[in-house]
Amino acid sequence: MLLVYYSSSSEYTHRFVGKLHHPARRIPLLTKQETLRIDEPFVLVTPTYGAGPNRGAVPKQVVKFLNQEENRRHLIGVIGAGNTNFGQEYCRAARKIAAKCNVPLMYRVELLGTPEDVEAVNLGLDKLCASSLKTAM
Amino acid sequence: MENLTLASHVDAINWNRVVDPVDDDVWDRLTGNFWLPEKVPLSNDVPSWATLTDEEKTLTMRVFTGLTLLDTIQGTVGAISLIPDAVTPHEEAVMTNIAFMESVHAKSYSSIFSTLCSTKEIDEAFRWSRENTFLQSKADIILSYYRGDDPLKRKVASTLLESFLFYSGFYLPMYWSSHAKLTNTADLIRLIIRDEAVHGYYIGYKYQKGLESQSEEHKQELKDYTMNLMFELYENEVSYTHELYDSVGLAEDCKKFLHYNANKALMNLGYEAMFPKEVTDVNPAILAALSPNSDENHDFFSGSGSSYVIGKAENTEDEDWDF
Repeated sequence: MLLVYYSSSSEYTHRFVGKLHHPARRIPLLTKQETLRIDEPFVLVTPTYGAGPNRGAVPKQVVKFLNQEENRRHLIGVIGAGNTNFGQEYCRAARKIAAKCNVPLMYRVELLGTPEDVEAVNLGLDKLCASSLKTAM
Repeated sequence: MENLTLASHVDAINWNRVVDPVDDDVWDRLTGNFWLPEKVPLSNDVPSWATLTDEEKTLTMRVFTGLTLLDTIQGTVGAISLIPDAVTPHEEAVMTNIAFMESVHAKSYSSIFSTLCSTKEIDEAFRWSRENTFLQSKADIILSYYRGDDPLKRKVASTLLESFLFYSGFYLPMYWSSHAKLTNTADLIRLIIRDEAVHGYYIGYKYQKGLESQSEEHKQELKDYTMNLMFELYENEVSYTHELYDSVGLAEDCKKFLHYNANKALMNLGYEAMFPKEVTDVNPAILAALSPNSDENHDFFSGSGSSYVIGKAENTEDEDWDF
């Protein structure tokens, strides 16, 4: 299953995705860069940004990517990366995208992810590949 | 008395030329999170405090003086010691914010005390904090590393303090909150936990940035050092936890929370988790007290039962959606 992910220069999400055995493409770090074009089903992995409620939880780069209708059309689910210490903000970006695009929030990981997270997500994505795919819209 | 080294030259800080965008992001996040204890209605906890037994009250006060000590260290020594090591002027500015917020945290425990306890009880709890071996040992270990001469080792010590050492204390207000006790106090503690998460993330990030330019040999030395320090602190934390919580039967439950947070502290430094899942299965009630959404089952992949719900609509925020 193709993964599309955003990771800031802190590289947490990049390192988590790197531990999975599924192909992955990274959304460019800078908003002024051209965003990706994806023409096959994919799962999005994103951290949460912002300084609290009503302060842009979804990274701008991810918004730009999803604003492309052809990208959005192939989105089948979201995985959130975060830290429970942020309380209600934990994985808010992934929750928001799932609600907005009407796709499931499939899993949540903290920081770099534990070995158990890697195993669960790998297996889940394997199953997803095997089953018939239903795109978001 | 050690010599105080001040910068010999300072340039005016230009926030329009930010070298590392993480400095800018973290500054925004920290200032956006700013709070003061006076905004939390702690006095609503007075009736709840009255329902605790004398033993539970003493335990709670001891836990909070322990946390006060850590915040005092981090505010007056820890975060300050990282300023001369900063590689950008913006990093220096972020560190001053971190230092100040640690002082706010330290003061907020006194707000809790003055709301709930008598002067005599407060003085007694502070006396305990000065005399408790394990608490003093925790402080001594960290302070000795802050005084060392390796900037990266200082960052390791600081990240372990921010992301690990607080949690033997944070456990208790989360426990009370999960039993619908001292819920306003828990709200205040959650604000502290949120701040410490940003501090641990940022100092850990700067550590990893600093590592990039080190030789393979020094990288390995720093990794060994981190693991050794973690073990040294962990052993002390286990003793501290038993001393505090054995009388109320919560030590084992608390230790799971310690393991879980030790893993996160290591991850903040870029290392893999150390404790296996068998010992990091934190009581779900504690996790739910920490993060109200964490108990929702989002394991779509497990396929068990009602494995997921499509998210509920969230408030529209300041994002530039085109759809």
